[in-house]
Amino acid sequence: MIVPKKIYYRVALALLVLFILTIAVAFVHLGPFNVYIAVTIAVIKATLVVLYFMHVRYHTRLTWIFASAGFLWLIILFVLTLADYATRS
Amino acid sequence: MTTLNEPLYRDDYLNAGYGVKSWFLTLDHKRIAILYLISITFFFFIGGFFAVMLRLELMTPQGDIVTAETYNKLFTMHGIAMIFFFLIPSIPAVLGNFFVPMMIGARDLAFPRLNLFSWYLYNVGGLFTLYTMVTGGIDTGWTFYAPYSSSYTLSDPVPVVVGVFILGFSSILTGINFLVTIHKMRAPGLTWFRLPLFIWASYATSVIQVLGTPVVAIALVLLGFERLTGVGIFDPKLDGDPILFQHLFWFYSHPAVYIMILPSMGVVSEVVTCFARKRIFGYKFMAFAIMGIAVLGFLVWGHHMFISGQSIYAGLVFSALSFLVAIPSAIKVFNWTATLYKGQIEFRTPILYAFGFIGLFTIGGLTGLFLASLATDVHLTDTYFVVAHFHYIMVGGAVMGYLAGIHYWWPKMTGRMYHEGWAKFSALILFVGFNLTFFPQFILGFMGMPRRYYVYPPEYQVLNVMSTAGASILGLGYLIPMIYLLWSLRKPKTAGANPWNSTGLEWTTPSPPLPHNFDEVPEVTHEPYIYEGGSHPHAVPVSDHEAAHE
Ligand SMILES: [Cu+2]
Repeated sequence: MIVPKKIYYRVALALLVLFILTIAVAFVHLGPFNVYIAVTIAVIKATLVVLYFMHVRYHTRLTWIFASAGFLWLIILFVLTLADYATRS
Repeated sequence: MTTLNEPLYRDDYLNAGYGVKSWFLTLDHKRIAILYLISITFFFFIGGFFAVMLRLELMTPQGDIVTAETYNKLFTMHGIAMIFFFLIPSIPAVLGNFFVPMMIGARDLAFPRLNLFSWYLYNVGGLFTLYTMVTGGIDTGWTFYAPYSSSYTLSDPVPVVVGVFILGFSSILTGINFLVTIHKMRAPGLTWFRLPLFIWASYATSVIQVLGTPVVAIALVLLGFERLTGVGIFDPKLDGDPILFQHLFWFYSHPAVYIMILPSMGVVSEVVTCFARKRIFGYKFMAFAIMGIAVLGFLVWGHHMFISGQSIYAGLVFSALSFLVAIPSAIKVFNWTATLYKGQIEFRTPILYAFGFIGLFTIGGLTGLFLASLATDVHLTDTYFVVAHFHYIMVGGAVMGYLAGIHYWWPKMTGRMYHEGWAKFSALILFVGFNLTFFPQFILGFMGMPRRYYVYPPEYQVLNVMSTAGASILGLGYLIPMIYLLWSLRKPKTAGANPWNSTGLEWTTPSPPLPHNFDEVPEVTHEPYIYEGGSHPHAVPVSDHEAAHE
């Protein structure tokens, strides 16, 4: 399917805005929340790229399953690695 | 299907083109499989050469033929050649490449150019590794543990790390190719539960290759980055964490064991049903067990790190999860034996190797439980017990399955039959040689002999001599098949389309197959292993094909 160019421009603009937001937030002192906000913005940006630039949004369920499998495995990697780091004495 | 009205001779895939270009630029999955076969056999003998040197050195307690430094390089390069350049590509890239399309009724893989590209990537990775092997070697162990590899070793690990990194992409691309092919190119009527178990195994293996390999690639990039720039990632002196490298490395490298063993399980399932003339016992359980092993395999990597400084809590979790893998593995072993039970077993070469697989894999798997238990592992870590355990899985399991597959499909791949007597003889001496080599290593490890040392206390000598003697028999067991298989190529192509009376779609084509496998896309109307009750719907009269090749 052909995605109208307009959508790409909008997504690109959204990514730029989020990018500027990331930098701006870094200058505000929020304690541990700086990290949470930065990570949240990063996740939103990644999702936009995956859905629109990588076309997952317009694809079949099978594509969705494979794309999510990648993230599921990433979570496995993080959770079990943290099971070690979070419980070191 | 050939009828008498058609020309009596048609070019098979081997005759369809001549000259170097017709091979090096081929897009035919069957020819690419042959290219892979040659490449991995080359690395198998390189890895074998290092193994011979190791076993010779270990015949006596003191160092005699090599120095300690050289010994470190020998076992490192043995591991790298065998694991990355032989075992991981072995069944997928050779037998999978050849037979995944043929067993699902397709004319090629989904991406033929990508397939050829992945063979080139394999060889580029191989060249980097060979470069290191001939210009001084590498002594980090095949596991490249940081910070030794990043900060301390006097050898240069960078070219090998680059080589394995490139090789990883070859593996990922093969995996993607298989996944898309199996999803999208199955013949009409070939539903998921009509797939041969070799296809299920190839599918599960591809999932591991695609999801696991990127992580080891990241670990290797970070390793090279730390070594070249001095930025601390793994080296504690630079504020890095060495255990992080082990987490990233084993996240891939434990599942990598299943990249080696699952395809072998697929082959064994094909061979056991065919030569027992019986349906596979518990088909769905077999399919789910394969997928179960592939997924559970990603949850257990920490069992390589019980004494590394990983937290005790994480150790407990990884230990418990490791035990879970035993369940689907046991399902497979029990179902193969149940399939054999009351079968009309025909003792041909492929099933001899399959028997070897079932027995040796069981020993390898059960000894894995000793290593998955925290308390026993503390005693056994880094001893010869571990060496024996993983050789039972990788050689007794994976290589036996590979040889079962090579002997099962050789007539299809080449159109020729090998000498049955020699083949049975070498299957037998492989089994004997293998056990003589590696069983003493269980005892040595239990007695406390550590791995990766070139000298040892004299009381360990008797068992080490046994092991070296076994290795020489084992070596012979690998050389003989090389000879009779190559020898068979001198004979005319008279194997016939279906010498074993198998039910798979691949056997409905002439041997060797035509360049596009199937003249007509076959339609599948039944489950895969209909062996009971004489002839099956696919049976192609062998005489047709023999006529076609006169
Ligand atoms: Cu493991």
